[in-house]
Amino acid sequence: MSARLQIESLSKSYSGPKGRIDVVNEVSLTINAGEFVAVQGPSGCGKTTLLLAAGALLQPTRGRVLLNGQDPYELSSGQRAQFRALNIGFVFQQFHLVPYLDVLDNILASTLALKRNGNEHGRALELVEQFGLTNRLRHIPAALSTGERQRVALARALLNNPKLLLADEPTGNLDEENGQVVMRCLADFARAGAAVLLVTHEPRAGDHASRVVKMDGGKLR
Amino acid sequence: MNLYRLVFREILHRKLSFSLGVISAAVAVAGLVAALAILQKHDARTEQIITAKEAETRQQMVKLEDDYRKLMLKMGFNVMILPKDQNLSDLYADDFASNYMPEEYATRLAKSRVATINHILPSLQQKVKWPEHERTVLLMGVRGEVYVQSQQQKPLLEMVAPGTMILGHELARSLPLKVGDQTKLMGHQFAVAKINPERGNKDDITVWINLTEAQELLGKRGLINGILALDCTCDTVDRLSRIRPEIARILPDTQVIEYASQALTRAEARQRAATEAQTSIQREKDGRATLRGEREALAAVLVPVVLVGSSIWIGLLALANVRERRCEIGILRALGLRARQILLIFLGKAVVIGLGGAAFGYVVGRVVGALWRDAPGAQPLHIAFIDPRLLLLVLVAAPVLAALASWLPAMSASQQDPAVVLREE
Repeated sequence: MSARLQIESLSKSYSGPKGRIDVVNEVSLTINAGEFVAVQGPSGCGKTTLLLAAGALLQPTRGRVLLNGQDPYELSSGQRAQFRALNIGFVFQQFHLVPYLDVLDNILASTLALKRNGNEHGRALELVEQFGLTNRLRHIPAALSTGERQRVALARALLNNPKLLLADEPTGNLDEENGQVVMRCLADFARAGAAVLLVTHEPRAGDHASRVVKMDGGKLR
Repeated sequence: MNLYRLVFREILHRKLSFSLGVISAAVAVAGLVAALAILQKHDARTEQIITAKEAETRQQMVKLEDDYRKLMLKMGFNVMILPKDQNLSDLYADDFASNYMPEEYATRLAKSRVATINHILPSLQQKVKWPEHERTVLLMGVRGEVYVQSQQQKPLLEMVAPGTMILGHELARSLPLKVGDQTKLMGHQFAVAKINPERGNKDDITVWINLTEAQELLGKRGLINGILALDCTCDTVDRLSRIRPEIARILPDTQVIEYASQALTRAEARQRAATEAQTSIQREKDGRATLRGEREALAAVLVPVVLVGSSIWIGLLALANVRERRCEIGILRALGLRARQILLIFLGKAVVIGLGGAAFGYVVGRVVGALWRDAPGAQPLHIAFIDPRLLLLVLVAAPVLAALASWLPAMSASQQDPAVVLREE
């Protein structure tokens, strides 16, 4: 299997009033295509920072991130944004849907940064059907249940068929049933050939992952 | 899905914030449009007032002119044409000219269609002894006027028929003679045809007889010693300067004097009236200009204040919008939108606010301008509702100003670090 995501000796530090804080410290991790890796650890252990750095959103203090062999931090800000749009999907605990867009437009929002090829609408409708949102097509997030909102967020993340899907506590606000739906979906997406990195503090989240990595104090154990 | 759709969806979602922005822009545009409409109306009203005033003045001047013409006619002749070699000292001392010129000069003058004088009357005048009554009188031989313009023109002095005489008031009273009496003058028989009313000048001791008879009595056949005339109502006080060159061109060996100074005084009065009328119009213009200046000054203060106030308000609304959409900005950046696209989203909204405000404000400003009365009780004055240049100006300027007002908040939005936002959220 080829390495889809390579994180090499990644560290991220912040300067605070009490001096330097090492949030992530010398972390190395490789995720292959088709692999679903769960990083488990308590709150504040640096999981989200690791995920944002892996997602080309947070420049590491040291180390590097390679996605398909390309270090996004070597790109300009604009190129990196385009790189994200093409290669990475995000799912967050708080869903982060655009509050004034309906379900379909929220899913299609992930194409805003890309040149349109004409297939987006059809693909979005497929995902809507796949996630059981057909009767919610023109509803805005405020009119959806939490489970529906997370399914919309998932559909948005999957629309561009990203090579890497990053999920930050995606089941944190969901009930058991909806949580299972989301986890199954992530596993299915990994099986389809993508790399999935899940960060969570829930011990059971690893049930669907192909590999579970423990994180504590900014380091992988 | 595109950025325009995103902008419009957001506008529809946050209607209150958008409406406040539009109202703010509209207030600024309405202020500007109303101020310009009021000034436009002011100019139109000024034009109306000045035109009316000018028409009224013209009418008054026509009436004044007619009055003066009548006055001048009542006063009689006021210009005298004399032989060039006539010594004026002698003339004033003797009351008559001692030099002579051909009677034909009068006809030549009339035929030349002279423009600066009218009512041409050739005369032969001499102070003589009236032997039959042992009195010194002024003998004036006159014929009918030589018409310059029309035979219909009413003469200033009636023609004296041969064999008749007209007497001055003092002469008739002292002799005494009355109309219809027969009397002899230098051996010739005359009937008194008319006695002139008292004039208080040398006319009161003048005897008017037919010119040909006077020429015979005085031995001056075919000669005259003066041509009386009435000057035209020239539009200048210095009328002689215009009459003299013209007469000199037609009758080179003559000279022109003013016969009655009252005419000059009246002409001066007429000139003064015309000047006063012009001054009155100018005063009105100055008054209107002052009022316009005051209104301009007020607009020059109010409009910028409203513009700045509206811009600040739009900027604050944009700032609030940016803060409210912080999380949205973070996720859009995570989805790959560039900083420039985030900037466009916020500036696009500002442009829509500006356009909405421009359209709304233009209508409000124009309505205010239309309802504005220049003065209490003034007649309503209509101005075109659509002023294409002004409409274009506000449709361009308002979005630009709104975009400028939103520039800093939009820049701050575009510079937000998505990682910070997503980690905090």
